[in-house]
Amino acid sequence: MRSLLEGIPRRSLAALAVAGVALLAAPAIADAYVLSVLILCLYFAYVGQAWNIMMGFAGQLSLGHSLYVGVGAYVSALLFVKFGVNPWIGALAAIAVCTALGLAIGVLAFRFGIAGVYFAILTIAFAEFTRIGFDHWQWAGASGGLFLPVEYRETSDVLTLRGSPAMFYYVMLAFTVGALALCRLLLASRLGYYWRAIREDAAAAEALGINAFGCKMAAVALSAALTALGGVFFAFYYNNLFPEQIFSIGRSIEIILGPIIGGIGTLIGPIVGAFLLTPLADSLSELMAWLGIDTPGVKHVFYGACLLVVVVFLPHGVWPPIARLLGLDGERTRRG
Amino acid sequence: MTLEVRELDLYYGDAQALDKVSLSAEAGSVVAIVGANGAGKSSLIRAIAGIETPRAGSVRFKGEDITGLPSYRICDRGIGQVAEGRQVFPTLTVRENLEMGALLKRARPRLEATLAEVYGLFPRLRERAGQAAGTLSGGEQQMLAIGRCLMGQPELIMLDEPSLGLAPTVVQEVFQIVRRLNERGITIVLVEQNVAASLKLAARAYVLENGRIVMEGTGAELLADDRVRQAYLGL
Repeated sequence: MRSLLEGIPRRSLAALAVAGVALLAAPAIADAYVLSVLILCLYFAYVGQAWNIMMGFAGQLSLGHSLYVGVGAYVSALLFVKFGVNPWIGALAAIAVCTALGLAIGVLAFRFGIAGVYFAILTIAFAEFTRIGFDHWQWAGASGGLFLPVEYRETSDVLTLRGSPAMFYYVMLAFTVGALALCRLLLASRLGYYWRAIREDAAAAEALGINAFGCKMAAVALSAALTALGGVFFAFYYNNLFPEQIFSIGRSIEIILGPIIGGIGTLIGPIVGAFLLTPLADSLSELMAWLGIDTPGVKHVFYGACLLVVVVFLPHGVWPPIARLLGLDGERTRRG
Repeated sequence: MTLEVRELDLYYGDAQALDKVSLSAEAGSVVAIVGANGAGKSSLIRAIAGIETPRAGSVRFKGEDITGLPSYRICDRGIGQVAEGRQVFPTLTVRENLEMGALLKRARPRLEATLAEVYGLFPRLRERAGQAAGTLSGGEQQMLAIGRCLMGQPELIMLDEPSLGLAPTVVQEVFQIVRRLNERGITIVLVEQNVAASLKLAARAYVLENGRIVMEGTGAELLADDRVRQAYLGL
């Protein structure tokens, strides 16, 4: 615990505490709609954090993280629906499968020198052919989708992951906090240093005696494993899975928008980005519906506009300048 | 012999980069490898460092066969490398760059002591310890790259074109540093386009052409050789 909080300025600790209390109290105040948006915020904060390990820490761009969300969701959902396996045991299976997938992609890419944009294309390719595979896999519901039995009940049971939105909210909050703590420890670890060296200049890192291959594999494996858990949540929260949706490139892009807009490579950036984007996009959709304007693509136009603004005016994301303004930049956010 | 390279063949796909290259470096000596662009000088360094895997031949360091070992294992045995083009980590500070150099097991325990030594060797790095490495001048970045390599406490350093793209006065400074490192007992393998300066420093020198060693001798011998003078010194 001490090493986890070591070196964080008192101001930042206070800010974290305030945010923590607000997040803990939110379900008591929020109505059903606001709570659903908050759950989505936490979900994107969590998977954004997971993606950030690969891109922000180790410099490996993945544009196919929907692969791990989708496979994680399907593995746990299939085990539950077909064999009655408890979701948390299913989650372990989902994590194992996604880690293996991540390692397979990693071996392919890093052994054969596929880097940068080509690596990103490889990640898209894996997500895409997995989508097509699931689209035709009858046992898993194929394109018709896979549905989990929905039970309406008042009580919440975390052990079987069935219950009210508030329970899902707290589960996702726990995931998000856990991921944040893990990432902080990782960044301060030797592996975190190695990752930074590789991100800055892979050739120089290797010349210094860093096992670049091993470090990159660790980043992919960790990122895939954490994202898989996000997928498990997705399956049991929404109770329906469609390959067309869950594996789509659009989903992968949505995952990475939070960290990009919040600040790639920072710890708080992915969370800030998710909490900025998700409510804005959602209220925009609501506003359009209220105005009676039927524009299905408005969310994506909004995402595009946000990206443009951030890339042009705040290339390091919105968090680093905010942190400076509030005097919270004890967290070293050099890359932005 | 500290370093002994025997009949090294390296290919990039079908293209042969090194053809039966043999060379040796005595402990504590300076060995220069000179040659034109594309002669295979950097390939040779990369093959020794384990970044490229040779197709045939062997590399021995302190009597042990290190051929085909991954680069991080070779680093851990005490071969340091300053790659071409001053590959510093631009957004990290000078001090952080130096710390990155001491991540090896062999160097970690003595980090502070080595850091003091490196600062002693390069006082300007101490002055700029908190500055982002990307904001340093070209010469300072080269000092940092060399300093970072020293942080790993290597017994042998391979320098790839350390004077490339630097102002003439800075080039002189770089060669002085190489000399001083050598005086500390570090074996140096120096790859340079600045043939005259490196031959003056070198106990032993090799001329590389199209991936082959075409000439070898002491630095002084090569410096006096008519073919070298014509081809590389323009005399």
